[in-house]
Amino acid sequence: MTPLIWLVIAPLLGALAVLVVPARRMPAVALGAAAATLGAALALAAQVAGLGPRTVLLGGWTPPLGIVLKADGLGTAFAVMAALVMSGVALAARHELAPDKAGARAAYGFWPLMLLVWAALNTVFVSRDLFNLYVGLELLSLAAVALVALAGSREALAAAMRYLLFALTGSLLYLAGVVLTYSAHGTLDMAMLLARVPATGDGVALGLMTAGLMAKTALFPFHVWLPPAHAAAPAPASAMLSALVPKASLVILLRVWFEAMPDAAGDAALLVMAGLGAVAVIWGGVQALVQRKIKLVIAYSTVAQLGYFIIAFPLTGGDSAVKPWSAGAWTGMVFLALSHGLAKSAMFLVAGIWYSACGAQELRDLKGLARALPMSAFAFALAAVTLAGLPPSGGFTGKYLMMQAAFVAGLWPFALVMVAGGLLAAAYLYRPLAALFAKDEAISCAPVSRVRQAVPLALAAAAIILGVLSAEPFSFIKIGKPDAAVEGL
Amino acid sequence: MNGLDILALSASALVGLGIYGLLAARHLLRRVLAFNLVGSGLFLWFGAAGARGGVGVDPIPQALIITGIVVALAASALGVALVVAHARLSGPTLPEEAPCDPEPDNRA
Repeated sequence: MTPLIWLVIAPLLGALAVLVVPARRMPAVALGAAAATLGAALALAAQVAGLGPRTVLLGGWTPPLGIVLKADGLGTAFAVMAALVMSGVALAARHELAPDKAGARAAYGFWPLMLLVWAALNTVFVSRDLFNLYVGLELLSLAAVALVALAGSREALAAAMRYLLFALTGSLLYLAGVVLTYSAHGTLDMAMLLARVPATGDGVALGLMTAGLMAKTALFPFHVWLPPAHAAAPAPASAMLSALVPKASLVILLRVWFEAMPDAAGDAALLVMAGLGAVAVIWGGVQALVQRKIKLVIAYSTVAQLGYFIIAFPLTGGDSAVKPWSAGAWTGMVFLALSHGLAKSAMFLVAGIWYSACGAQELRDLKGLARALPMSAFAFALAAVTLAGLPPSGGFTGKYLMMQAAFVAGLWPFALVMVAGGLLAAAYLYRPLAALFAKDEAISCAPVSRVRQAVPLALAAAAIILGVLSAEPFSFIKIGKPDAAVEGL
Repeated sequence: MNGLDILALSASALVGLGIYGLLAARHLLRRVLAFNLVGSGLFLWFGAAGARGGVGVDPIPQALIITGIVVALAASALGVALVVAHARLSGPTLPEEAPCDPEPDNRA
Protein backbone atom coordinates (compact mmCIF):
# COMPACT_ATOMS: atom_id res chain seq x y z
CA MET A 1 0.00 0.00 0.00
CA THR A 2 1.12 3.52 -0.64
CA PRO A 3 2.34 5.96 2.02
CA LEU A 4 -0.71 8.11 1.24
CA ILE A 5 -3.01 5.38 2.57
CA TRP A 6 -0.81 4.68 5.60
CA LEU A 7 -0.77 8.36 6.47
CA VAL A 8 -4.49 8.11 7.27
CA ILE A 9 -4.71 4.50 8.45
CA ALA A 10 -1.69 4.24 10.78
CA PRO A 11 -2.93 6.77 13.39
CA LEU A 12 -6.46 5.39 13.12
CA LEU A 13 -5.27 1.83 13.77
CA GLY A 14 -3.07 3.17 16.55
CA ALA A 15 -6.04 4.89 18.21
CA LEU A 16 -7.91 1.58 18.26
CA ALA A 17 -4.86 -0.41 19.35
CA VAL A 18 -4.09 1.75 22.41
CA LEU A 19 -7.58 1.02 23.71
CA VAL A 20 -7.12 -2.74 23.83
CA VAL A 21 -3.65 -2.93 25.39
CA PRO A 22 -3.05 -2.66 29.17
CA ALA A 23 -2.80 0.93 30.42
CA ARG A 24 0.92 0.80 31.12
CA ARG A 25 1.61 -0.24 27.53
CA MET A 26 -0.41 2.62 25.99
CA PRO A 27 2.45 5.11 25.58
CA ALA A 28 4.65 2.51 23.89
CA VAL A 29 1.92 1.50 21.41
CA ALA A 30 1.07 5.14 20.73
CA LEU A 31 4.73 5.94 20.09
CA GLY A 32 4.87 3.02 17.66
CA ALA A 33 1.86 4.36 15.77
CA ALA A 34 3.46 7.82 15.82
CA ALA A 35 6.65 6.44 14.33
CA ALA A 36 4.70 4.64 11.59
CA THR A 37 2.74 7.81 10.73
CA LEU A 38 5.88 9.96 10.75
CA GLY A 39 7.50 7.42 8.40
CA ALA A 40 4.47 7.49 6.11
CA ALA A 41 4.51 11.31 6.01
CA LEU A 42 8.21 11.42 5.16
CA ALA A 43 7.87 8.69 2.52
CA LEU A 44 4.93 10.54 0.99
CA ALA A 45 6.94 13.77 0.97
CA ALA A 46 9.78 11.99 -0.87
CA GLN A 47 7.29 10.62 -3.43
CA VAL A 48 5.60 13.98 -3.96
CA ALA A 49 8.96 15.74 -4.31
CA GLY A 50 10.15 13.17 -6.86
CA LEU A 51 7.03 12.29 -8.82
CA GLY A 52 4.58 15.15 -8.26
CA PRO A 53 1.13 14.95 -6.62
CA ARG A 54 0.00 11.44 -5.64
CA THR A 55 -3.59 10.30 -6.04
CA VAL A 56 -5.58 7.37 -4.66
CA LEU A 57 -9.09 6.47 -5.79
CA LEU A 58 -10.72 4.83 -2.79
CA GLY A 59 -12.00 1.40 -3.78
CA GLY A 60 -11.09 2.15 -7.38
CA TRP A 61 -14.20 4.28 -7.87
CA THR A 62 -13.80 7.51 -9.80
CA PRO A 63 -15.58 10.73 -8.77
CA PRO A 64 -18.41 11.70 -8.55
CA LEU A 65 -19.27 8.25 -7.21
CA GLY A 66 -16.01 7.58 -5.37
CA ILE A 67 -13.80 9.68 -3.13
CA VAL A 68 -10.37 10.73 -4.27
CA LEU A 69 -7.43 11.31 -1.93
CA LYS A 70 -4.75 13.55 -3.39
CA ALA A 71 -1.47 14.60 -1.80
CA ASP A 72 -0.05 17.81 -3.28
CA GLY A 73 2.75 20.00 -1.97
CA LEU A 74 0.45 21.94 0.34
CA GLY A 75 -1.23 18.92 1.98
CA THR A 76 2.00 16.97 2.25
CA ALA A 77 3.89 19.90 3.77
CA PHE A 78 1.18 20.22 6.43
CA ALA A 79 1.20 16.45 7.01
CA VAL A 80 4.97 16.49 7.58
CA MET A 81 4.67 19.49 9.93
CA ALA A 82 1.87 17.73 11.81
CA ALA A 83 3.97 14.55 12.03
CA LEU A 84 6.90 16.47 13.54
CA VAL A 85 4.69 18.27 16.05
CA MET A 86 2.77 15.12 16.96
CA SER A 87 5.96 13.13 17.51
CA GLY A 88 7.20 15.88 19.82
CA VAL A 89 3.85 15.95 21.62
CA ALA A 90 3.92 12.17 22.09
CA LEU A 91 7.44 12.29 23.55
CA ALA A 92 6.47 15.12 25.91
CA ALA A 93 3.21 13.44 26.91
CA ARG A 94 5.06 10.33 28.07
CA HIS A 95 6.21 12.41 31.03
CA GLU A 96 3.46 15.00 31.39
CA LEU A 97 0.60 12.55 31.18
CA ALA A 98 2.02 9.70 33.20
CA PRO A 99 -0.78 8.31 35.42
CA ASP A 100 0.97 9.37 38.64
CA LYS A 101 1.18 12.99 37.45
CA ALA A 102 -1.94 13.69 35.40
CA GLY A 103 -4.31 11.18 36.99
CA ALA A 104 -5.52 7.90 35.55
CA ARG A 105 -8.40 9.46 33.58
CA ALA A 106 -6.30 11.97 31.63
CA ALA A 107 -3.51 9.43 31.14
CA TYR A 108 -5.97 6.93 29.66
CA GLY A 109 -7.90 9.38 27.49
CA PHE A 110 -5.00 11.28 26.01
CA TRP A 111 -3.46 8.62 23.76
CA PRO A 112 -6.47 7.52 21.69
CA LEU A 113 -7.63 11.14 21.38
CA MET A 114 -4.21 12.30 20.24
CA LEU A 115 -4.08 9.63 17.53
CA LEU A 116 -7.67 10.41 16.46
CA VAL A 117 -6.76 14.09 16.09
CA TRP A 118 -3.80 13.07 13.96
CA ALA A 119 -5.87 10.73 11.75
CA ALA A 120 -8.46 13.48 11.23
CA LEU A 121 -5.78 16.04 10.40
CA ASN A 122 -4.19 13.78 7.78
CA THR A 123 -7.60 12.98 6.30
CA VAL A 124 -8.32 16.66 5.90
CA PHE A 125 -4.90 17.38 4.40
CA VAL A 126 -5.35 14.85 1.57
CA SER A 127 -9.14 14.96 0.92
CA ARG A 128 -10.71 16.67 -2.08
CA ASP A 129 -14.34 15.80 -1.45
CA LEU A 130 -16.38 18.42 0.42
CA PHE A 131 -18.33 15.82 2.41
CA ASN A 132 -15.26 13.76 3.23
CA LEU A 133 -13.71 16.98 4.50
CA TYR A 134 -16.81 17.52 6.66
CA VAL A 135 -16.45 14.10 8.26
CA GLY A 136 -12.74 14.66 8.83
CA LEU A 137 -13.43 18.06 10.36
CA GLU A 138 -16.08 16.63 12.69
CA LEU A 139 -13.80 13.83 13.87
CA LEU A 140 -11.16 16.48 14.52
CA SER A 141 -13.51 18.76 16.46
CA LEU A 142 -14.94 15.98 18.62
CA ALA A 143 -11.50 14.65 19.54
CA ALA A 144 -10.23 18.19 20.18
CA VAL A 145 -13.19 19.06 22.45
CA ALA A 146 -12.60 15.88 24.43
CA LEU A 147 -8.92 16.83 24.81
CA VAL A 148 -9.90 20.21 26.25
CA ALA A 149 -12.20 18.49 28.76
CA LEU A 150 -9.46 16.02 29.73
CA ALA A 151 -8.39 17.94 32.83
CA GLY A 152 -11.94 17.59 34.20
CA SER A 153 -11.82 20.85 36.15
CA ARG A 154 -14.66 23.36 36.24
CA GLU A 155 -12.84 25.76 33.87
CA ALA A 156 -11.84 22.98 31.51
CA LEU A 157 -15.41 21.70 31.20
CA ALA A 158 -16.80 25.19 30.61
CA ALA A 159 -14.12 25.85 27.98
CA ALA A 160 -14.83 22.51 26.30
CA MET A 161 -18.57 23.22 26.29
CA ARG A 162 -18.07 26.63 24.71
CA TYR A 163 -15.69 25.13 22.15
CA LEU A 164 -18.22 22.41 21.32
CA LEU A 165 -21.01 24.96 20.75
CA PHE A 166 -18.82 26.97 18.36
CA ALA A 167 -17.60 23.83 16.61
CA LEU A 168 -21.13 22.47 16.15
CA THR A 169 -22.44 25.77 14.82
CA GLY A 170 -19.48 25.94 12.48
CA SER A 171 -20.04 22.45 11.16
CA LEU A 172 -23.75 23.14 10.56
CA LEU A 173 -22.90 26.26 8.55
CA TYR A 174 -20.32 24.32 6.54
CA LEU A 175 -22.77 21.45 6.01
CA ALA A 176 -25.42 23.88 4.76
CA GLY A 177 -22.93 25.17 2.20
CA VAL A 178 -22.10 21.61 1.14
CA VAL A 179 -25.79 20.77 0.71
CA LEU A 180 -26.33 23.89 -1.42
CA THR A 181 -23.33 23.00 -3.55
CA TYR A 182 -24.53 19.46 -4.11
CA SER A 183 -28.07 20.45 -4.99
CA ALA A 184 -26.75 22.98 -7.52
CA HIS A 185 -24.01 20.90 -9.15
CA GLY A 186 -24.57 17.26 -8.25
CA THR A 187 -20.96 16.72 -7.21
CA LEU A 188 -18.76 17.41 -4.20
CA ASP A 189 -15.40 16.67 -5.82
CA MET A 190 -13.25 19.79 -5.98
CA ALA A 191 -11.78 19.12 -9.40
CA MET A 192 -15.28 18.66 -10.83
CA LEU A 193 -16.53 21.76 -9.02
CA LEU A 194 -13.72 23.80 -10.56
CA ALA A 195 -15.02 22.79 -14.01
CA ARG A 196 -18.68 23.38 -13.12
CA VAL A 197 -21.08 25.81 -14.78
CA PRO A 198 -21.44 28.58 -12.17
CA ALA A 199 -24.88 28.73 -10.58
CA THR A 200 -26.60 31.60 -8.77
CA GLY A 201 -26.37 29.96 -5.34
CA ASP A 202 -22.57 29.56 -5.45
CA GLY A 203 -21.86 32.76 -3.56
CA VAL A 204 -24.22 31.77 -0.74
CA ALA A 205 -22.74 28.27 -0.56
CA LEU A 206 -19.20 29.66 -0.45
CA GLY A 207 -20.24 32.19 2.19
CA LEU A 208 -21.84 29.54 4.42
CA MET A 209 -18.83 27.24 4.15
CA THR A 210 -16.47 30.14 4.86
CA ALA A 211 -18.42 31.26 7.94
CA GLY A 212 -18.44 27.71 9.30
CA LEU A 213 -14.74 27.23 8.67
CA MET A 214 -13.92 30.60 10.22
CA ALA A 215 -15.77 29.58 13.40
CA LYS A 216 -13.76 26.35 13.51
CA THR A 217 -10.46 28.11 12.80
CA ALA A 218 -11.18 30.72 15.52
CA LEU A 219 -10.70 33.56 13.07
CA PHE A 220 -11.87 36.91 14.45
CA PRO A 221 -14.77 37.46 15.46
CA PHE A 222 -15.30 33.75 16.19
CA HIS A 223 -12.18 33.51 18.35
CA VAL A 224 -13.66 33.82 21.85
CA TRP A 225 -13.64 30.09 22.52
CA LEU A 226 -9.97 29.59 21.71
CA PRO A 227 -7.91 31.13 24.55
CA PRO A 228 -9.78 29.47 27.47
CA ALA A 229 -9.94 26.13 25.63
CA HIS A 230 -6.24 26.08 24.76
CA ALA A 231 -5.21 27.27 28.19
CA ALA A 232 -7.37 24.69 30.02
CA ALA A 233 -6.00 21.58 28.29
CA PRO A 234 -2.89 19.73 29.50
CA ALA A 235 0.21 21.28 27.86
CA PRO A 236 0.88 18.56 25.24
CA ALA A 237 -2.79 18.73 24.24
CA SER A 238 -2.63 22.54 24.05
CA ALA A 239 0.38 22.20 21.78
CA MET A 240 -1.55 20.26 19.16
CA LEU A 241 -4.79 22.20 19.67
CA SER A 242 -3.03 25.49 19.00
CA ALA A 243 -0.44 24.39 16.45
CA LEU A 244 -2.43 21.91 14.34
CA VAL A 245 -6.20 21.90 14.84
CA PRO A 246 -6.89 25.39 13.38
CA LYS A 247 -4.68 24.49 10.40
CA ALA A 248 -7.10 21.78 9.27
CA SER A 249 -10.01 24.17 8.78
CA LEU A 250 -7.57 26.70 7.31
CA VAL A 251 -6.49 24.16 4.68
CA ILE A 252 -10.15 23.48 3.82
CA LEU A 253 -10.74 27.23 3.56
CA LEU A 254 -7.77 27.49 1.19
CA ARG A 255 -8.94 24.58 -0.92
CA VAL A 256 -12.55 25.76 -1.15
CA TRP A 257 -11.53 29.24 -2.25
CA PHE A 258 -8.57 28.41 -4.48
CA GLU A 259 -9.31 24.93 -5.80
CA ALA A 260 -13.10 24.53 -5.87
CA MET A 261 -14.69 27.94 -6.48
CA PRO A 262 -12.07 30.61 -7.28
CA ASP A 263 -14.55 32.21 -9.70
CA ALA A 264 -17.15 32.82 -6.97
CA ALA A 265 -14.80 35.09 -5.00
CA GLY A 266 -15.67 38.78 -5.11
CA ASP A 267 -13.33 41.66 -4.27
CA ALA A 268 -15.59 43.03 -1.56
CA ALA A 269 -15.92 39.67 0.19
CA LEU A 270 -12.15 39.18 0.09
CA LEU A 271 -11.53 42.62 1.56
CA VAL A 272 -14.04 42.02 4.36
CA MET A 273 -12.33 38.73 5.21
CA ALA A 274 -8.88 40.30 5.14
CA GLY A 275 -10.22 43.19 7.24
CA LEU A 276 -11.35 40.69 9.89
CA GLY A 277 -7.89 39.15 9.69
CA ALA A 278 -6.30 42.55 10.27
CA VAL A 279 -8.50 43.16 13.33
CA ALA A 280 -7.55 39.70 14.61
CA VAL A 281 -3.83 40.48 14.29
CA ILE A 282 -4.16 43.68 16.33
CA TRP A 283 -6.80 42.46 18.81
CA GLY A 284 -5.01 39.18 19.52
CA GLY A 285 -1.72 41.03 19.97
CA VAL A 286 -3.20 43.56 22.40
CA GLN A 287 -4.96 40.82 24.38
CA ALA A 288 -1.74 38.80 24.57
CA LEU A 289 0.00 41.89 25.88
CA VAL A 290 -2.28 42.22 28.91
CA GLN A 291 -2.53 38.56 29.97
CA ARG A 292 -0.88 37.43 33.18
CA LYS A 293 -0.81 33.68 32.61
CA ILE A 294 1.82 32.36 30.25
CA LYS A 295 -0.53 29.90 28.54
CA LEU A 296 -3.05 32.67 27.81
CA VAL A 297 -0.30 34.83 26.28
CA ILE A 298 0.54 31.94 23.93
CA ALA A 299 -3.13 31.25 23.17
CA TYR A 300 -3.94 34.89 22.30
CA SER A 301 -0.86 34.89 20.14
CA THR A 302 -2.54 32.12 18.14
CA VAL A 303 -5.61 34.37 17.64
CA ALA A 304 -3.29 37.05 16.23
CA GLN A 305 -1.32 34.67 14.02
CA LEU A 306 -4.48 33.16 12.54
CA GLY A 307 -5.34 36.68 11.34
CA TYR A 308 -2.30 36.76 9.04
CA PHE A 309 -3.49 33.72 7.12
CA ILE A 310 -6.78 35.30 6.15
CA ILE A 311 -5.10 38.60 5.21
CA ALA A 312 -3.34 36.74 2.41
CA PHE A 313 -6.56 35.96 0.52
CA PRO A 314 -6.93 39.25 -1.42
CA LEU A 315 -3.16 39.62 -1.83
CA THR A 316 -2.73 36.66 -4.18
CA GLY A 317 -2.44 37.03 -7.90
CA GLY A 318 -1.47 40.02 -9.97
CA ASP A 319 0.36 39.69 -13.24
CA SER A 320 3.13 37.35 -12.20
CA ALA A 321 5.35 38.01 -15.23
CA VAL A 322 5.40 41.76 -14.60
CA LYS A 323 5.45 41.50 -10.80
CA PRO A 324 7.03 38.19 -9.94
CA TRP A 325 6.54 38.62 -6.19
CA SER A 326 2.81 39.06 -6.41
CA ALA A 327 2.35 35.32 -6.70
CA GLY A 328 4.03 34.97 -3.32
CA ALA A 329 1.14 35.68 -0.95
CA TRP A 330 -0.29 32.16 -1.14
CA THR A 331 3.13 30.56 -0.64
CA GLY A 332 3.96 33.08 2.07
CA MET A 333 0.82 32.23 3.97
CA VAL A 334 1.58 28.51 3.82
CA PHE A 335 5.11 29.23 5.04
CA LEU A 336 3.74 31.26 7.90
CA ALA A 337 1.26 28.53 8.85
CA LEU A 338 3.96 25.84 8.83
CA SER A 339 6.41 27.83 10.95
CA HIS A 340 3.64 28.94 13.31
CA GLY A 341 2.72 25.30 13.92
CA LEU A 342 6.29 24.36 14.80
CA ALA A 343 6.96 27.41 16.98
CA LYS A 344 3.61 27.38 18.77
CA SER A 345 3.87 23.72 19.73
CA ALA A 346 7.38 24.37 21.09
CA MET A 347 6.03 27.23 23.24
CA PHE A 348 3.20 25.19 24.74
CA LEU A 349 5.50 22.23 25.46
CA VAL A 350 7.95 24.57 27.20
CA ALA A 351 5.08 26.10 29.22
CA GLY A 352 4.13 22.56 30.23
CA ILE A 353 7.65 21.83 31.45
CA TRP A 354 7.72 25.06 33.48
CA TYR A 355 4.39 24.30 35.06
CA SER A 356 5.08 20.68 35.96
CA ALA A 357 8.68 21.16 37.08
CA CYS A 358 8.61 24.63 38.67
CA GLY A 359 4.91 25.25 39.28
CA ALA A 360 5.16 28.40 37.12
CA GLN A 361 1.82 29.50 35.67
CA GLU A 362 1.97 33.29 35.70
CA LEU A 363 4.53 35.50 34.00
CA ARG A 364 5.92 36.71 37.32
CA ASP A 365 6.64 33.10 38.36
CA LEU A 366 9.11 32.85 35.49
CA LYS A 367 11.69 35.20 37.05
CA GLY A 368 15.16 33.75 36.84
CA LEU A 369 13.89 30.51 35.35
CA ALA A 370 16.44 30.64 32.52
CA ARG A 371 19.14 29.83 35.06
CA ALA A 372 17.32 26.75 36.31
CA LEU A 373 16.23 25.40 32.89
CA PRO A 374 18.40 27.12 30.26
CA MET A 375 17.57 24.75 27.42
CA SER A 376 13.82 25.31 27.65
CA ALA A 377 14.28 29.08 27.97
CA PHE A 378 16.37 29.02 24.81
CA ALA A 379 13.67 27.01 23.02
CA PHE A 380 11.09 29.62 24.03
CA ALA A 381 13.32 32.42 22.74
CA LEU A 382 13.82 30.66 19.40
CA ALA A 383 10.08 30.15 19.01
CA ALA A 384 9.57 33.83 19.87
CA VAL A 385 11.91 34.80 17.02
CA THR A 386 9.67 32.91 14.60
CA LEU A 387 6.41 34.31 15.94
CA ALA A 388 7.68 37.90 15.84
CA GLY A 389 8.77 37.26 12.24
CA LEU A 390 12.46 38.09 12.69
CA PRO A 391 14.99 36.79 10.16
CA PRO A 392 16.16 34.10 9.55
CA SER A 393 13.04 32.23 10.72
CA GLY A 394 10.29 30.69 8.61
CA GLY A 395 7.93 33.31 10.04
CA PHE A 396 10.09 36.02 8.48
CA THR A 397 10.05 34.36 5.05
CA GLY A 398 6.27 34.04 5.11
CA LYS A 399 5.66 37.61 6.25
CA TYR A 400 8.19 38.96 3.77
CA LEU A 401 6.43 37.25 0.85
CA MET A 402 3.04 38.48 2.04
CA MET A 403 4.21 42.07 2.54
CA GLN A 404 5.76 42.14 -0.91
CA ALA A 405 2.45 40.95 -2.32
CA ALA A 406 0.57 43.58 -0.33
CA PHE A 407 2.63 46.40 -1.86
CA VAL A 408 2.37 44.94 -5.36
CA ALA A 409 -1.40 44.51 -5.03
CA GLY A 410 -1.69 48.14 -3.88
CA LEU A 411 -3.12 47.01 -0.53
CA TRP A 412 -0.36 48.60 1.56
CA PRO A 413 -2.56 49.09 4.68
CA PHE A 414 -2.32 45.33 5.17
CA ALA A 415 1.46 45.58 5.09
CA LEU A 416 1.23 48.16 7.87
CA VAL A 417 -0.99 45.80 9.86
CA MET A 418 1.60 43.04 9.43
CA VAL A 419 4.36 45.35 10.69
CA ALA A 420 2.21 46.39 13.65
CA GLY A 421 1.42 42.73 14.36
CA GLY A 422 5.13 41.90 14.35
CA LEU A 423 5.85 44.74 16.79
CA LEU A 424 3.01 43.63 19.05
CA ALA A 425 4.35 40.06 18.96
CA ALA A 426 7.79 41.34 19.94
CA ALA A 427 6.18 43.28 22.80
CA TYR A 428 4.05 40.47 24.22
CA LEU A 429 6.87 37.95 23.90
CA TYR A 430 9.32 40.38 25.53
CA ARG A 431 7.40 40.13 28.81
CA PRO A 432 7.97 36.38 29.39
CA LEU A 433 11.51 36.63 27.99
CA ALA A 434 12.40 39.53 30.29
CA ALA A 435 11.13 37.54 33.26
CA LEU A 436 12.96 34.39 32.17
CA PHE A 437 16.33 36.09 31.84
CA ALA A 438 15.93 38.40 34.86
CA LYS A 439 18.84 38.39 37.30
CA ASP A 440 16.73 37.12 40.15
CA GLU A 441 17.39 34.27 42.48
CA ALA A 442 17.20 31.09 40.46
CA ILE A 443 13.92 29.45 41.44
CA SER A 444 13.92 25.83 42.42
CA CYS A 445 12.69 23.38 39.83
CA ALA A 446 12.36 19.64 39.84
CA PRO A 447 15.01 18.08 37.56
CA VAL A 448 13.89 17.79 33.94
CA SER A 449 15.55 15.25 31.67
CA ARG A 450 17.52 16.53 28.68
CA VAL A 451 15.38 14.61 26.20
CA ARG A 452 12.25 16.29 27.49
CA GLN A 453 13.85 19.73 27.15
CA ALA A 454 15.28 18.86 23.74
CA VAL A 455 11.86 18.15 22.17
CA PRO A 456 10.59 21.76 22.16
CA LEU A 457 14.07 22.96 21.27
CA ALA A 458 14.05 20.72 18.18
CA LEU A 459 10.60 21.99 17.14
CA ALA A 460 11.60 25.64 17.61
CA ALA A 461 14.82 25.00 15.71
CA ALA A 462 12.84 23.41 12.87
CA ALA A 463 10.87 26.65 12.50
CA ILE A 464 14.16 28.54 12.14
CA ILE A 465 15.57 25.98 9.71
CA LEU A 466 12.45 26.40 7.59
CA GLY A 467 13.56 29.99 7.06
CA VAL A 468 17.27 29.27 6.60
CA LEU A 469 16.73 26.55 4.02
CA SER A 470 13.64 28.18 2.54
CA ALA A 471 14.40 27.35 -1.11
CA GLU A 472 13.62 23.63 -0.76
CA PRO A 473 10.28 23.94 1.08
CA PHE A 474 9.44 26.90 -1.17
CA SER A 475 9.54 24.77 -4.30
CA PHE A 476 7.95 21.80 -2.48
CA ILE A 477 4.85 23.79 -1.47
CA LYS A 478 4.41 24.82 -5.10
CA ILE A 479 3.95 21.20 -6.27
CA GLY A 480 0.40 20.96 -7.51
CA LYS A 481 -0.32 24.57 -6.53
CA PRO A 482 -3.77 25.65 -7.76
CA ASP A 483 -3.86 28.07 -10.70
CA ALA A 484 -5.88 30.55 -8.66
CA ALA A 485 -2.99 30.90 -6.22
CA VAL A 486 -0.85 32.23 -9.07
CA GLU A 487 -3.49 34.19 -10.95
CA GLY A 488 -5.28 35.52 -7.89
CA LEU A 489 -8.88 35.26 -6.77
CA MET B 1 -48.56 22.88 -3.02
CA ASN B 2 -46.61 19.79 -4.03
CA GLY B 3 -44.68 17.41 -1.82
CA LEU B 4 -41.32 19.06 -2.31
CA ASP B 5 -42.57 22.41 -1.12
CA ILE B 6 -43.80 20.84 2.11
CA LEU B 7 -40.39 19.22 2.63
CA ALA B 8 -38.57 22.47 1.94
CA LEU B 9 -40.85 24.43 4.26
CA SER B 10 -40.52 21.91 7.10
CA ALA B 11 -36.75 21.91 6.64
CA SER B 12 -36.67 25.72 6.82
CA ALA B 13 -38.88 25.67 9.93
CA LEU B 14 -36.59 23.15 11.63
CA VAL B 15 -33.45 25.12 10.78
CA GLY B 16 -35.05 28.37 11.92
CA LEU B 17 -36.26 26.91 15.22
CA GLY B 18 -32.85 25.36 15.81
CA ILE B 19 -30.97 28.59 15.15
CA TYR B 20 -33.34 30.41 17.51
CA GLY B 21 -32.59 27.77 20.13
CA LEU B 22 -28.83 28.03 19.64
CA LEU B 23 -28.97 31.80 20.10
CA ALA B 24 -31.67 32.20 22.75
CA ALA B 25 -31.45 29.14 24.98
CA ARG B 26 -29.11 29.38 27.95
CA HIS B 27 -29.64 25.88 29.27
CA LEU B 28 -26.91 23.79 27.69
CA LEU B 29 -29.11 20.76 27.08
CA ARG B 30 -31.51 22.95 25.08
CA ARG B 31 -28.60 24.12 22.98
CA VAL B 32 -27.55 20.55 22.20
CA LEU B 33 -31.17 19.84 21.20
CA ALA B 34 -31.20 22.98 19.06
CA PHE B 35 -28.10 21.74 17.24
CA ASN B 36 -29.97 18.53 16.47
CA LEU B 37 -32.95 20.50 15.12
CA VAL B 38 -30.76 22.44 12.69
CA GLY B 39 -29.04 19.22 11.66
CA SER B 40 -32.36 17.43 11.05
CA GLY B 41 -33.57 20.38 8.98
CA LEU B 42 -30.46 20.29 6.82
CA PHE B 43 -30.74 16.54 6.30
CA LEU B 44 -34.40 16.86 5.32
CA TRP B 45 -33.52 19.62 2.89
CA PHE B 46 -30.66 17.54 1.44
CA GLY B 47 -32.94 14.54 1.00
CA ALA B 48 -35.57 16.69 -0.72
CA ALA B 49 -32.89 18.10 -3.03
CA GLY B 50 -31.96 14.54 -4.00
CA ALA B 51 -35.54 13.81 -5.08
CA ARG B 52 -35.81 16.92 -7.21
CA GLY B 53 -34.73 15.53 -10.59
CA GLY B 54 -38.12 13.90 -11.21
CA VAL B 55 -36.79 10.66 -12.70
CA GLY B 56 -36.06 8.40 -9.74
CA VAL B 57 -34.20 9.46 -6.60
CA ASP B 58 -30.51 10.38 -6.40
CA PRO B 59 -29.00 7.92 -3.86
CA ILE B 60 -25.90 9.95 -3.00
CA PRO B 61 -27.68 12.43 -0.67
CA GLN B 62 -29.20 9.48 1.18
CA ALA B 63 -25.78 7.94 1.74
CA LEU B 64 -24.41 11.29 2.87
CA ILE B 65 -27.38 11.91 5.18
CA ILE B 66 -26.82 8.58 6.93
CA THR B 67 -23.17 9.49 7.45
CA GLY B 68 -24.22 12.91 8.66
CA ILE B 69 -26.70 11.44 11.14
CA VAL B 70 -23.97 9.22 12.58
CA VAL B 71 -21.68 12.24 12.94
CA ALA B 72 -24.47 14.28 14.55
CA LEU B 73 -25.25 11.43 16.94
CA ALA B 74 -21.61 11.24 18.02
CA ALA B 75 -21.51 15.01 18.49
CA SER B 76 -24.74 14.96 20.51
CA ALA B 77 -23.47 12.13 22.71
CA LEU B 78 -20.29 14.06 23.46
CA GLY B 79 -22.35 17.21 24.00
CA VAL B 80 -24.71 15.56 26.48
CA ALA B 81 -21.81 13.94 28.34
CA LEU B 82 -20.16 17.35 28.65
CA VAL B 83 -23.43 18.96 29.77
CA VAL B 84 -23.83 16.35 32.50
CA ALA B 85 -20.24 16.72 33.69
CA HIS B 86 -20.51 20.51 33.58
CA ALA B 87 -23.88 20.56 35.38
CA ARG B 88 -22.51 18.38 38.21
CA LEU B 89 -19.69 20.83 38.90
CA SER B 90 -21.15 24.23 38.11
CA GLY B 91 -24.74 24.06 36.89
CA PRO B 92 -26.47 23.80 33.51
CA THR B 93 -25.50 27.23 32.07
CA LEU B 94 -22.14 28.61 31.01
CA PRO B 95 -20.47 30.74 33.72
CA GLU B 96 -20.34 34.00 31.71
CA GLU B 97 -24.08 33.85 31.05
CA ALA B 98 -26.49 34.88 33.76
CA PRO B 99 -28.26 31.94 35.37
CA CYS B 100 -31.89 31.49 34.34
CA ASP B 101 -32.99 32.93 37.70
CA PRO B 102 -32.33 36.72 37.74
CA GLU B 103 -32.42 37.06 41.54
CA PRO B 104 -29.09 37.82 43.23
CA ASP B 105 -27.31 34.85 44.72
CA ASN B 106 -27.41 35.11 48.53
CA ARG B 107 -25.83 31.79 49.36
CA ALA B 108 -22.29 33.12 49.79
